[in-house]
Amino acid sequence: MGLETYLGDKCGEGVVITSMEKAINWARKSSLWPCTFGLACCALEMIDLALSPYDLSRFGMEVFRSSPRQADLMIVAGTVTKKMLPAVLRIYAQMTEPKWVIAMGACASTGGIFRSYAVVQGIDQYLPVDIYVPGCPPRPEALLDGILKLHEKIMKEKPLHSSNAIQSGSCKI
Amino acid sequence: MAEPGIQIIAEVRERGETETMEINMGPQHPSTHGVFRAVVELDGETVVKVVPHLGYLHRGIEKIAENRTYHQIIPLTDRLDYMAGASNNLGYCLAVEKLMGIEAPPRAQFIRVIITELSRISSHLFWAGATAHDLGAMTPFFYMVREREQILFFLEMITGARLTPSFFRIGGVAMDLPPEFHDECMKFVKAFPPRVDEYEALLTENIIWKSRTKGVGYLSAEDCIGLGVSGPMARAAGINWDLRKNQPYSSYDKFDFKAAVYNGCDAYDRYRVRMMEIRQSNEIIRQALEGVPEGDYSITMKGALKPPAGEVYMAIEAPRGELGFYIISDGTVQPFRMKIRAPTFVNLQSLAKMSEGKLFSDMVAALASVDLVLAEVDR
Amino acid sequence: MTDVTKLKSAFPDAVLNVEEFRGDVTVTLKREALLPMCTFLRDDPDYSFRFLSDVTAVDYKDKTPRFVAVYHLLSHEHNQRLRLKVPLEDERPEIETVVGIWPTANWHERETYDLLGVKFLNHPDLRRILLPYHWDCHPLRKDYPLEGKGEL
Repeated sequence: MGLETYLGDKCGEGVVITSMEKAINWARKSSLWPCTFGLACCALEMIDLALSPYDLSRFGMEVFRSSPRQADLMIVAGTVTKKMLPAVLRIYAQMTEPKWVIAMGACASTGGIFRSYAVVQGIDQYLPVDIYVPGCPPRPEALLDGILKLHEKIMKEKPLHSSNAIQSGSCKI
Repeated sequence: MAEPGIQIIAEVRERGETETMEINMGPQHPSTHGVFRAVVELDGETVVKVVPHLGYLHRGIEKIAENRTYHQIIPLTDRLDYMAGASNNLGYCLAVEKLMGIEAPPRAQFIRVIITELSRISSHLFWAGATAHDLGAMTPFFYMVREREQILFFLEMITGARLTPSFFRIGGVAMDLPPEFHDECMKFVKAFPPRVDEYEALLTENIIWKSRTKGVGYLSAEDCIGLGVSGPMARAAGINWDLRKNQPYSSYDKFDFKAAVYNGCDAYDRYRVRMMEIRQSNEIIRQALEGVPEGDYSITMKGALKPPAGEVYMAIEAPRGELGFYIISDGTVQPFRMKIRAPTFVNLQSLAKMSEGKLFSDMVAALASVDLVLAEVDR
Repeated sequence: MTDVTKLKSAFPDAVLNVEEFRGDVTVTLKREALLPMCTFLRDDPDYSFRFLSDVTAVDYKDKTPRFVAVYHLLSHEHNQRLRLKVPLEDERPEIETVVGIWPTANWHERETYDLLGVKFLNHPDLRRILLPYHWDCHPLRKDYPLEGKGEL
């Protein structure tokens, strides 16, 4: 049973009527490609999510692209230090639109337990973050929950609206 | 293998027709196992010079520790070598217990050994899978995480967390083992050795694996001692030194196991050392499960923890080498100074010696065999 | 426990103090005797401290001496450890490098310079290792606040 049979049965000769926006959003959320950006301990749980026990490829996301040009999603997994910050911003700037950011873990969201001279207290001071996944580190299922909520958020976007040419506002690069 | 090519390059260079190229590897890179940056000067495919740049994950843990009480530092130590969080906890708790002149009760020591060895197996499995993945063999990784998930399930059953247990306390452990743990873990321990045979069948005699790791990342025993290299890297060079056997701590002298020592000094023998350590750790867990003594799981301590003024250095055998904690106490509830001797920080110094003059892809294999965890390097 | 009698008789006026606490032996020595004593400890067959575990320094804030360099040694042959402490000047903490004796000291000394500001003379490559290269503070000193002074 494939898409054509389903469409043939339910929708009369395989014609589907939908809005352009829904179709674009559906295509975008179904194949989000993350950029490899594991910084610290949270990266291990992210890798665990991509491997056989929790299998991220069910959602079309098992290709972790190293090159930011080919990636849509940056999962900031781990502590961002002040020395690493220019690299993070440069990679974000190199990613092509549309792009989303998930702050995974306590360190990326707010600095975590490291309140010191060398740690950025939350990556949202420098980047627009779409989803925060709390935990230290969050379980792979928790990150998956965050990704599914990001899918719901993407489905609600309006990509053809003229004022949405840039994904999100205040981005101090 | 590369000899004729290098000779041609040398002749061309004598005629003044080549120049070297400097490339930047990292800090975001799929093969650097974390935020490590190396500026590599290449002459064709041959590495002329490697300059590592660290510090991209420096979080100031030592400074934070000077502003926390002794128990509040335990979660901080978890995040040092995050692949085997329990062994950092063990090193730190043993150091503070040495400072105070106390010892954990026998039951707590056995529980600590079980959890530390489970973490060691999990760390080595992940290392083996990730290294194989780096060198192109993707299959073993997907199978090794199967066992690793089982181990993380046990860690969660006992401690409540998969990766960062924070389970040990000064004077013992946080709580007793759950009743169902013993039988479940025994089942795992009995079923594990055939699985390790499967993984070794995929890699050990594999002709591609051998040609990519034999002779690669060569570091002689003299160089190992001079550069302060410890752990599986040193044991692969024939140095028979394992702190669990030579300076035993936490009841390790009650278990019968062998230190894994080979003589090849290369990445292939480092792999064989770690696989043997996985088997030996499994054996230690089996013996510990069979012989856990009854009794308290922790010493009861009244009031705030104030060690006497003084300084100690306590080293344990972490999965990566000698993990040392140098703690100076001034008699208050916070340590005056805490220095963490991270094994990977020292082992990484050998990268230049292992890679200069060799091929660039061999440098990737040598870097993988160092077993890099940047959180420990940068603290 | 390491027996330091032979060391004391070989360097009678360089050893300032010998202490033992919880099984660790600490020898405090004068700065001038560092290199000869380390070479002796490495090469003498009764000691054979060929493995340098750690090099670090401590900032004692209001005491004199303020800075003290600390070396941890290990001997595989005799299964012994030893700690050496060298008091440094308060205003300009400097000491000779031991890279010529134990090559592993290279990065340890860079880290001590980076975080505490202790200079190692004749070091082959003394620059920062953990902090960004353009920073000019030494965070592990006691007069530097935990949350930093806003460097970026």
